[in-house]
Amino acid sequence: MSSLDPIDVFRTEAAELLDCLEATLLDLGEKPDSGALVDTAFRALHTIKGSGAMFGFDTVAAFTHDFETAFDLVRQGKVPASVELVNVSLSAKDYIRMLIEDPDNTSSIIGDAVLDELRRLVGGVGHASAAAPPAPRTEAAPTGVNGGAALTHEPTQGADAAAGWRIGLVFDPDILRNGTNPLALLDDLRDLGPCEIVPRLDAVPDLAALDPEALTLAWDVTLRGDASREAIEDVFIFVGDEVRLILTPLDAAASPETAPVPACAPASEPERQAVLAPTPQAPVPAEAAGSAPEARPGTRRPEDRPSATVRVEAGRLDELMDRVGELVIAQARLSQLAGLQTDAGIKSISEEIERLSSRLRDTTMGIRMVPIGSLFGRFRRLVHDLSRDLGKPVDFVTEGEDTELDKTMIERLADPLVHLIRNAIDHGIESPAQRGGGKGPTGRIALTAEHVGAQVLVSVRDDGAGLDAARIRAKAEEKGLVAPGTPLTDQQIYQFLFAPGFSTAATISALSGRGVGMDVVKKTIEGLRGSIDIATEPGAGTTVSLRLPLTLAIIEGLLIRVGEGRYVIPLSAVEECVELPALERETRGRDFLNIRGELVPFLRLRTLFEAEGESDPHQKVIVIAAGGVRIGLVADQIIGNHQTVIKSLSKLHADVATFSGATILGDGTAALIIDVGQLVTGGRPERLQEFQEVA
Amino acid sequence: MAEIAEAVGHDGALQVVMLRIGAETFALDAGMVREIIDPIPATRVAGARGHLASVVNVRGNVVPLADIRERFGMPPVAATRDTRFVVIEVAIEGDPVVVALIADKVFEVTEIHFDQRQAIPKIGTNWRPEYIKTIVKFGDDFVIIPDIERILN
Repeated sequence: MSSLDPIDVFRTEAAELLDCLEATLLDLGEKPDSGALVDTAFRALHTIKGSGAMFGFDTVAAFTHDFETAFDLVRQGKVPASVELVNVSLSAKDYIRMLIEDPDNTSSIIGDAVLDELRRLVGGVGHASAAAPPAPRTEAAPTGVNGGAALTHEPTQGADAAAGWRIGLVFDPDILRNGTNPLALLDDLRDLGPCEIVPRLDAVPDLAALDPEALTLAWDVTLRGDASREAIEDVFIFVGDEVRLILTPLDAAASPETAPVPACAPASEPERQAVLAPTPQAPVPAEAAGSAPEARPGTRRPEDRPSATVRVEAGRLDELMDRVGELVIAQARLSQLAGLQTDAGIKSISEEIERLSSRLRDTTMGIRMVPIGSLFGRFRRLVHDLSRDLGKPVDFVTEGEDTELDKTMIERLADPLVHLIRNAIDHGIESPAQRGGGKGPTGRIALTAEHVGAQVLVSVRDDGAGLDAARIRAKAEEKGLVAPGTPLTDQQIYQFLFAPGFSTAATISALSGRGVGMDVVKKTIEGLRGSIDIATEPGAGTTVSLRLPLTLAIIEGLLIRVGEGRYVIPLSAVEECVELPALERETRGRDFLNIRGELVPFLRLRTLFEAEGESDPHQKVIVIAAGGVRIGLVADQIIGNHQTVIKSLSKLHADVATFSGATILGDGTAALIIDVGQLVTGGRPERLQEFQEVA
Repeated sequence: MAEIAEAVGHDGALQVVMLRIGAETFALDAGMVREIIDPIPATRVAGARGHLASVVNVRGNVVPLADIRERFGMPPVAATRDTRFVVIEVAIEGDPVVVALIADKVFEVTEIHFDQRQAIPKIGTNWRPEYIKTIVKFGDDFVIIPDIERILN
């Protein structure tokens, strides 16, 4: 990462914290009694507040403070974490995100409305008491050394003393590293009234032992005037965790025994740790966070990540992948050449390099792999909101979050999955009243991912009413997509769902029913070299399955020869290979094949690619599946499997639709990758229909 | 013409690579030439336009192989000992695109002077005028400065 703009760092960090907050709030909706979840949410809020103030996002800090204040009542167990509270908290979280991403165009009206709602829910606790800063969780920290989180009130409570306050100030030694300037805070104190500020030097070590970045000074401040306790505490609002503030009314301070502020000097190692330990919320997580008494298993704070990770720009990974692709190609050429040599030394080096490069390829691809759970997490909110808006209670279950996929793939999967999940809730799941058959009023959406061979299978399963083939068929006939009475399998009928503008929804809701979406989903998935299948059972639900390759950069291909040219067919599209019967060698008008009783139309690649020379006597038919139909491609020879490093075609060849890219073969020549979907439809959807009619 | 003017020095000189295609001598702005390589096996692309009928592997990238003879009405010729691929980078709709250009012979890198510029004759040629930026007198001969972007696209 070359640019280290602190604002960007804050934004990235805040985005992670907000994600964590959202996940925690959603968990809390399911387990309202979990104190650990409340604490996690509270910590996330607290960190956002602290770093927001530090990086100049004052509105963020102020809003988050109010949010935190209200939420603190939940933490103290005074208010239950009800569903309404979780909903409002989610809105509050969204508002914080808006404030961070686009502070200029975010109206504070929204924030005020959210806060009002929040305050109403926490039981009419008004501004006055809500404005009191969050009380610290002190039980974990050794008392007497550091009060734990925030502002320690002296037991000598009383009316605000008109005479003034004696203030003892001890900052966390790390506060300078976090970018806080204690002198500015002292200046703020001066604004409240005439101050007498005396630094305490007893904790300052010898010059030799002095760490210039650690704050070892403490201060005693005598503030005269009628400043209220709240006003003083407000000065330290954004360093809540990192300062110990001891406030004593001036008249009470007359007694010399009152509140000697313990020095924060690193007098002994255990004491120092005790001072550091209760600050896991520090914006720059200290190593001590791991050992902090508050660390709980199962929380997902960013601090919990193993420290041995490096953030790398995605572009660099792409570049690395390109280099590795070139290496694989060069290595293939080398081993081909070495195969022709008799020198055993050359052969063994070539084998060594082959082994190394294939391991390097696997490692590089591994670097780009991201667990799909990062994507699944985003949908919990979607399901939560949809279920609320549509009045359909839904359980959202995810499985296989550990399944890894190429990063680019995961990014591009997000939109299609949003569509599928929306459809499942809006169309799939019935309203509670309509749900029969012992299913219970709560619907269930399962989002699962698993490895199937070299592919990943991602499926969205609902337990709703299932698809109505007759209704889809009627709609398709009405739209003229298919002639009435054409024999179609159910699977073929479901394919109409992917036709542009196709919708059987009787009414258009805000979410779906406009028929926009499924065709886009299909296009996106096919763009990722994946396929999409629908399985349904009336009354029991629908499953939409996406089959995706693990990576976009390298595919398994079937290398074939047509005339003099060699081509690659993506292996994921290939169903089977058969020999072309002698009868079919010369075209007889239309070309069909009878494969186990099924009619399969086929295309002669020799004709399509204008191949020259004699055709092979024993031509082969490669049967491919695309868009729900099976067609055969006739080639002269099947050469075999080929690890295909995909190279895109030049912009100048944008008019060539038959090929989706190219690859480089072992001998250094280029081979073209056949775009199966394009070949079947020729870019014309009606071609697909012709094939469907035939099949 | 503007692009040429930019590359031309104060004295009206331009660094060019001189090459022969068919019977004509062309001069390519040396700035666009990446490298000159010996011919390598090309892969035909079914359905592509005639002057971009194949692709070649240039240092791990699959780039179009351009034969601009067709654009100048010249008959196709088999490769000879002198045939070279001139790898150039051109801007197509704003994006840099690498193309290998078939040349029957590559001569040298030299300077041409724009004060020797000639008007393109309206008759006496069957070339399409938009393919030619200008014609410059070089020694006793004329060289063509082609508009590669237009020829390719």
